[in-house]
Amino acid sequence: MADIAERERAGKARAAPTVEGGALGWLRRNLFSSWGNALTTVVLLGFVVWIGIWFVDWAIVHATFEAANGPECGKGQGACWALIGEKYRYIFFGSFPYEQHWRPLFACIAMLAMLLLSCDRRMWNWRLLVIWTVGSFVTFLLMFGELRFPLTLFFLVGLVAGGIGWGMRAGIASPREIAIHKALTIVGGIGLALRIVGVIPAWGLEINAFSYVETGLWGGLPVTLILATYGLVFAFPYGILLALGRRSNLPLVKGLCVGFIELIRGVPLISLLIMASVMLPLFLPTGSNIDKFLRALVAVILFAGAYIAEIIRGGLQSLPRGQFEAADAMGLNYLQKTSLIILPQALRVVIPPLINTFIGFFKDTSLVLIIGIFDFLNTANQALVDPNWAGFPGEVYIFAAAIYFVFCYSMSRYSKYLEVELNKGTRR
Amino acid sequence: MARQRRDLSAAPTVIELRSVNKWFGQFHVLTDINLSVKQSEKIVVCGPSGSGKSTLIRCINRLEEHQEGDLIVDGITLTNDVKNIEAIRREVGMVFQSFNLFPHLTVMENLTLAPVWVKKMPKKEAEQIAMSLLERVRIPEQALKYPGQLSGGQQQRVAIARALCMRPKIMLFDEPTSALDPEMVKEVLDVMTELAGEGMTMLVVTHEMGFARAVADRVIFMDRGEIVEQNEPETFFNSPQNERTKTFLGQILHH
Repeated sequence: MADIAERERAGKARAAPTVEGGALGWLRRNLFSSWGNALTTVVLLGFVVWIGIWFVDWAIVHATFEAANGPECGKGQGACWALIGEKYRYIFFGSFPYEQHWRPLFACIAMLAMLLLSCDRRMWNWRLLVIWTVGSFVTFLLMFGELRFPLTLFFLVGLVAGGIGWGMRAGIASPREIAIHKALTIVGGIGLALRIVGVIPAWGLEINAFSYVETGLWGGLPVTLILATYGLVFAFPYGILLALGRRSNLPLVKGLCVGFIELIRGVPLISLLIMASVMLPLFLPTGSNIDKFLRALVAVILFAGAYIAEIIRGGLQSLPRGQFEAADAMGLNYLQKTSLIILPQALRVVIPPLINTFIGFFKDTSLVLIIGIFDFLNTANQALVDPNWAGFPGEVYIFAAAIYFVFCYSMSRYSKYLEVELNKGTRR
Repeated sequence: MARQRRDLSAAPTVIELRSVNKWFGQFHVLTDINLSVKQSEKIVVCGPSGSGKSTLIRCINRLEEHQEGDLIVDGITLTNDVKNIEAIRREVGMVFQSFNLFPHLTVMENLTLAPVWVKKMPKKEAEQIAMSLLERVRIPEQALKYPGQLSGGQQQRVAIARALCMRPKIMLFDEPTSALDPEMVKEVLDVMTELAGEGMTMLVVTHEMGFARAVADRVIFMDRGEIVEQNEPETFFNSPQNERTKTFLGQILHH
């Protein structure tokens, strides 16, 4: 730096060689720099134009946008978009009661709003908790129609929230805040104990807003979104714990984590889903019934957790030893070292492979078809079964692919943005 | 120019090593180390690479575990007890060869992290202390930058300030200038000399013999895991007793 300034003062520094600017210059440099390149450009351009014209002709010029049924639609030369117009509500919302379709629609909107808000870095604090609590509440209230929160849940939340606040903020927070944490912990703990002993009956907060719709009737986009979102939201912290456990010095913890990761990675997701759907009920006592949808979600969480754990382990290993040593030498304890120094750096490093896995799992949720759950791709598939509209698979798959592309490409762009955003300042 | 030698005999002992032994696998890296450091004493440790000098000072804050012997720091005996280790680490600051600043935090955040989380100091107070320390190492204007935006010398001065932020009784320096470009060595050594003048107890692993002459109360020469020779700098440099010391000094002083 100083050297360049010095030379400039001495009048010896020269400007960088100029390149021809503008679109024409760019074209000449990149596409027509030699006879060979020019020829390749022309041939490929011709090919692209040919395909483009063919597609526009099929998808727009000769397409049928309105038709009463399949055969009528087939009279046209091009695509049959009337099929999408006829079936889009089934593709989006599956077997959800037809006249109630506004509910999954708003549930999807609530989830998208929740996800979009979470993307903003300014929300990464207590606001995130509020966003997800409200978003999840709205989503599931709309989907189920009624929700029941047992008293036990409130006690548990009080105990956990109070306990964490008490432990983490001790000595930092004001006495008043600590008092609130203590009160929460004590009320939660005592309440939970009394509930378990049986002094307090099984009270609960019931909200009956709409008619009840069981998960068996859910389908389409909300299913894909719920499975992917909540699957990954729970798999992420679980994967972090697994990754940390795998690097633990305690042989038992390490062994359990390694065993779990290797076991889960060693089997296909489909087999895990079948196990969750067919075999798990055999082991449970008769009469107890865990919802099929929940079982699929748990299978996704376990599976994704193992993969995320290995990605995060890669991030942990990429950190220089000095970072651990510096944190140790300052007297930070394990929890502080991990949460303040190690994870923030390790997670930054693994954003690209992490989002890659997220995108993969977003699409892999389609495998739940195997246990009879209809996600977006599977409802699209079902729409083809109607004999009145037989013979137009291309249109439906292009439609489904377009929707998937919107989601996956958004994630990919966000990954890019996040990488730049989080590395601001740390790169020269 | 002979420096006035300070009388430390009355000062309390803050670090005591009694026949400390350590092995890396089968390699005997520290052999029967006996060393006692008085309060506000400055010790420079030198020796050829692989002689165990870094390992020695890293044992003092338990970045390395010794297997035999007693190690007492500020009245606390080092054991496997995590509470003991954390107590000692609160009293002992360390500066590394490769700075080891946290790249995802600003300079200010690097400095206030430990006071806030370990000492539970209010953030405002920690920031005031951090600012005064940054002024002392002469880079207050860099407080809001990230370590990656600073030069090596500036980063090492931040690292020193970061260690001082915990108000340690003892400072360990593990080759603090070895990773620096030559023109930046002086700015770091100046800060260290100043710190020594304020009465800090310092253990410094370094090959900066000028610094040792100017600042050290005692120079220790280590080779093959042993303390071969120790003496006040004047005697150490002018009339070394041991053959190995003579060879080593010959190699580093006349190249």
